[in-house]
Amino acid sequence: MRLGLVFQLFLASSRVQKKRAVLTIASIAWGSVALLLLLAFGEGLKQQLSRGSAGMGTNLAVLWMGETSKPWQGMPAGRPIRPRVDDVNLLRERIPGLVGIVAELRNWRTAFTYGSKTVNGRLTGSSPEYGEMRNYYPEPGGRFTNALDEAEKRRVIFLGNERAKEIFGDEDPVGKTLLVNQVPFTVIGVMKRKIQMGTYGGPDAENALIPLSTFVAMYGSDRIGNIVLKPEQPAEMPRVLADVHKILGAKYGFDPTDEKVFPTWDTVETGSVMRNILLGIQLFLGVIGALTLMIGGVGVANIMYATVKERTREIGVKMALGARPSWIVGPLVLEGLLYTVVGGAIGLLLGMILIVLIGLIPTAGNDALEFLGKPTLSPMIGVATAGILGLVGLLAAYFPARRAASVDPAQTLRYE
Amino acid sequence: MSSSPRRKNGRQAADDGVVIRMAGIRKVYDTGKVKVEALRGIDLIVRRGEFVAVVGPSGSGKSTLMNLVGCLDTPTEGDYELCGQPIASLSRDGLADARNRRVGFVFQSFNLLPQISAFENVEMPLLFGGVSRRERHERVTDLMARVGLADRMDHKPTELSGGQMQRVAIARALAMNPDIVLADEPTGNLDTSSGGDIMGLFEELWRQGRTLVVITHDKALARRAGRIVEVRDGLILRDETTGAAEPAPLVCEAAG
Repeated sequence: MRLGLVFQLFLASSRVQKKRAVLTIASIAWGSVALLLLLAFGEGLKQQLSRGSAGMGTNLAVLWMGETSKPWQGMPAGRPIRPRVDDVNLLRERIPGLVGIVAELRNWRTAFTYGSKTVNGRLTGSSPEYGEMRNYYPEPGGRFTNALDEAEKRRVIFLGNERAKEIFGDEDPVGKTLLVNQVPFTVIGVMKRKIQMGTYGGPDAENALIPLSTFVAMYGSDRIGNIVLKPEQPAEMPRVLADVHKILGAKYGFDPTDEKVFPTWDTVETGSVMRNILLGIQLFLGVIGALTLMIGGVGVANIMYATVKERTREIGVKMALGARPSWIVGPLVLEGLLYTVVGGAIGLLLGMILIVLIGLIPTAGNDALEFLGKPTLSPMIGVATAGILGLVGLLAAYFPARRAASVDPAQTLRYE
Repeated sequence: MSSSPRRKNGRQAADDGVVIRMAGIRKVYDTGKVKVEALRGIDLIVRRGEFVAVVGPSGSGKSTLMNLVGCLDTPTEGDYELCGQPIASLSRDGLADARNRRVGFVFQSFNLLPQISAFENVEMPLLFGGVSRRERHERVTDLMARVGLADRMDHKPTELSGGQMQRVAIARALAMNPDIVLADEPTGNLDTSSGGDIMGLFEELWRQGRTLVVITHDKALARRAGRIVEVRDGLILRDETTGAAEPAPLVCEAAG
């Protein structure tokens, strides 16, 4: 009954000042649009970056070959450690819980010749597992290297999509013969285009890859350039890396705690740093949005203060007639909340329309837009926006209403 | 609201017919630097069915007295019982309810809400009192007829004359059938003829057994009251009964 009364009083007293109401609602709507867009951009950026950082492969560690920094069993520091391809097979046998471990050998200046055109670039030799671990997926019609290629030292080559375009232009490279340092190779596949943010030695799109055994035979050296490994559980990474040091330490004679032997990029570790940075960016954007909305809230509070001031006499009369303080405050809070809810609803609707429209802008080919990603909505954004809006509305309505409740009827009724 | 003639509450069962009982009332306004003592010890008893005119020069404290009587303000010191109920014990909601049920206000400047009709103005206290829609309609219609404005119910206050506005205000004051009608210079903003009408209306209410307390400068109105209380410098200077005959009293209504 009393809530009904509050509502009844609200309806009776709300001869709303139209212009004011419209401006107030507009400011709330604007704040909501800003909040929603900023949060959605943050979410889009986050998803894009996590997609991008996944481009190289997830939960990998890359180990380069360095030198010792600690003396060990009578041997001095500063000895280079140069494992061979066989050592990776040893590690594969000895270390449990691995998705894969591969050796990667590289040549940085290889001549690729097709017809009359020669291009210089990077050549990698590695095992078939490498494709799955590093997200080298072939375009339809092609394939990655396999065990047979490896066993028979076949002269087959898998091209990064940019490299393929550079050499072959619009021609389909698969099945064509390509000279690699004047040795003929058959192109077996081209990498499907992917978004890649993390790289070592350059983007995969510009790489070219041949079987490890072929590479070793061609260059006459089985010294490893680097090792790529992936544990089944990301949390197992430290243990796996320790195992590598222990096994190779025993074989080559170095301190297994010496971290300089194999300079390592642990993407599990850097990934969590990345996620924290992204969370920080999102929080930052959210705070900016919330502050913008807060300005709208100040607008509502301002209007409500003006309303209370204008209606001081009305409030005094109602108090004299026996209105309890809550029946004075209730309708005012309702009015402030109504501005916020209507403004918020309009703002969210506009924001969502904008997000859909922005999503329609083609980004493929534009590096900057592609990097930013598209604004994306998530349930968390809905909850955050609704929560902030509600809080702003309550605060905006509460303070003026409290002032209304403190009106002294004896004072207001005495004077004209 | 029931219309039971006697209170059920123990302390009020022995109904002594007193509506207002004030003892040693002091009111000090603290304006920060100076303390203004508006009332300096008022003792006042008003019985049911009395028509009291409170007179005195401006600044004498009579407005403060009216605010206290009407529960719009609370005394700094002293005891005030309205129909046997100590006001000091009431919460803000309790004070609001007391104003709603026990007091009907009539102001010099009418204080009607301008944006709603005469009917809705009179209905307002009934709304606060939780009276049903049907009964509200009956009572308002009846009251508007009694103040002679049955044909003006749908008019906005701005479409009414001063005298008519004050009659709407009186109807509003009577809506909750209060124990006391409290009027602050009710004829102050009216011409002589309308003022006379309002005086007549008050007299009629008195004859019907209403308890009336009227602040006034209007000597003619004061003379028509049964009792004149003169306030000066925060004290009651004079308190005397005129010759006007006292009608049969109404009884305080039970607290809702």
